[in-house]
Amino acid sequence: MARTKIYVPRETAAVSVGADEVALEVARVAKKTGTDIELIRNGSWGATWLEPLLEVEVDGARIAYGNVSADDVASLFDAGLVTGGDHERRLGPIMEIAYLINQDRWTFWRVGLINPLSLEDFEAHKGFQALTTALSEGPEFVLDAVMASGLRGRGGAGFQTGIKWQTVADAPGEQKYIACNADEGDSGTFSDRLLMEGDPLGLIESMAIAGFAVGASKGYIYLRSEYPLTHSILSRAIETARDAGWLGEDIKDSGFDFDIELHLGAGSYVCGEETAMLESLEGKKGIVRYKPPLPAHEGLFGKPTVVNNVVTLASVGNIINLGSEKYAGMGVDRSKGTLAFQLAGNIKRGGMVEKSFGITLRELIEDWGGGTASGRPVKAVQVGGPLGAYLPAEKLDTPMDYEAFIGIDAMIGHGGIVVFDDTTNMAQMARFAMEFCAIESCGKCTPCRIGSTRGVEVIDKMIAGDRKDENYDLLVDLCDTMEGASLCAMGGMTPYPVRSVLKYFADDFASSNELT
Amino acid sequence: MAIIDQEIIDQKTTSEIVAQYNARPEMLVQILQTIVMRCGWVSQNTIRQLADELNLSRADVHGVVEYYHDFRTEKPGKHIVKICQAEACQAMGSRALTEHAKKTLAMSFHDTENDITLEPVYCLGNCACSPAVMINGKTHGRVDPARFNALLDDLRGGQ
Repeated sequence: MARTKIYVPRETAAVSVGADEVALEVARVAKKTGTDIELIRNGSWGATWLEPLLEVEVDGARIAYGNVSADDVASLFDAGLVTGGDHERRLGPIMEIAYLINQDRWTFWRVGLINPLSLEDFEAHKGFQALTTALSEGPEFVLDAVMASGLRGRGGAGFQTGIKWQTVADAPGEQKYIACNADEGDSGTFSDRLLMEGDPLGLIESMAIAGFAVGASKGYIYLRSEYPLTHSILSRAIETARDAGWLGEDIKDSGFDFDIELHLGAGSYVCGEETAMLESLEGKKGIVRYKPPLPAHEGLFGKPTVVNNVVTLASVGNIINLGSEKYAGMGVDRSKGTLAFQLAGNIKRGGMVEKSFGITLRELIEDWGGGTASGRPVKAVQVGGPLGAYLPAEKLDTPMDYEAFIGIDAMIGHGGIVVFDDTTNMAQMARFAMEFCAIESCGKCTPCRIGSTRGVEVIDKMIAGDRKDENYDLLVDLCDTMEGASLCAMGGMTPYPVRSVLKYFADDFASSNELT
Repeated sequence: MAIIDQEIIDQKTTSEIVAQYNARPEMLVQILQTIVMRCGWVSQNTIRQLADELNLSRADVHGVVEYYHDFRTEKPGKHIVKICQAEACQAMGSRALTEHAKKTLAMSFHDTENDITLEPVYCLGNCACSPAVMINGKTHGRVDPARFNALLDDLRGGQ
């Protein structure tokens, strides 16, 4: 009998709820029962609510078992796991799970499917085909494809990737860089991490394509230190790519040199801002730079630099493989392609859902998410991280589209969706927005450095019922100052969540001295 | 990321770490991160030595150490417990979990007692399994007060 393949994710969320223990137990029970298995540590499919999600390959199909604990493993083997036997944890074939099959997997299509650290598995799933195409077709071909795809920066700002790449390609100078922003600090976001843990070679390939297109021989990945497992997986993937000649000098006899250096952050949120990240990559304090000059002209070490988010870069592989027209054919208006939406916080079925733009918040939260985990009504949804607005339930029919969100004073950002139920006191959330800004401000500009602390004080007075109207006006004025005069989005957008609470949840200021 | 295995980084080890990064001053953040992963903190002596070996001023090195949350300047406990304070975890009760932890451990954030250092963290990227806690570099999800107590028991049992 052939070896049976059993998949147990090695991914932070799965491991955080016991996947390593499940994997160990699978190996132990298989040995004890003399069952010939191959244990594969894949990435997570992103249906996080089902983790640890174990799969067994039977006649070419993968049968899934959800929320498996180490204690379940022996009974799974007893129930005939290797033949996909029935068990209370059995979900059926992975390819029939609605949460997954109704997605538009473009960037994340290999995530969950493959063994992230197997070059063979990666190459069997179109790995390095896009880079090979790029190397034979030339830089112009890549630049044109990225431009035509309409891809916009997935880190939050939504800037046209094609324009950024063209700018760096056109900039004079011998030395240019690719800087991948993997400092995914926004609460409610984990898609970069899922991708790096589930398909690290895909990111490496796309970075090499970017380097080839703009004429950069060196790439940096700036990874946050809160992701130690990601660091371990990514480090090994870089080694693997290097050993196989997909990184280094004269890649596959093309004459193109490209290598990647992996850097760790050190717990600073503002280092996710592109210029602060560049400072940190240079070994300095992560303090925001003035713009201009843009990083595309003077970036890392003063050289022209493409700064892109993980998901932005990783989307390029399939733009080359499947064509820019296909990508541009998904989505709406100026929001082309797909976004990895992340369902988080108080939600029954949390996880990552890659869908074309245009889907509504309600579809994501209700159809995919299944409503709140607590079963209580949704009170507020924060989209786009700590700098995004809190939206009330009546805004759930807003389509996910960069411009539609700007139209309601909100932002899509990196696609994080954090759900709160009706027990949440929103005045406390407004206070937290200011408090977080005070903790994380880099301190370079006054509106952010001082304004955030004053913001906490004013909100505290409002919560205490002290001269409420006067303090309300003062808070609005402070928000105007921070928004208009801060150097970067940290101070400039902290007013978004604060104002949204004033607009939609003002009553919570009246009750918050009683509730916390 | 290894569990802290040293109380303080000696001069020789510091030099080895600097050499590992070819004494490039732009690797300062990486060098400090490596030191902190090994021993948990950065001493004044280490700051002086790094300034010398990287040809930077002490003020430069000190500034970088002070800037980043990860770079402690006081020796932490043997075990570092971080509780996520960010929005997604708040939506699932991290405020109550934090109160529970402070009460159970009888300590505040940034305190060190009985070999444990308690710290806040702003997002572990485990937002679909909130609330999240990191203990000695390992992330745990869906942590309610009972699970937190069990994790603490494991920690104490493993000492």
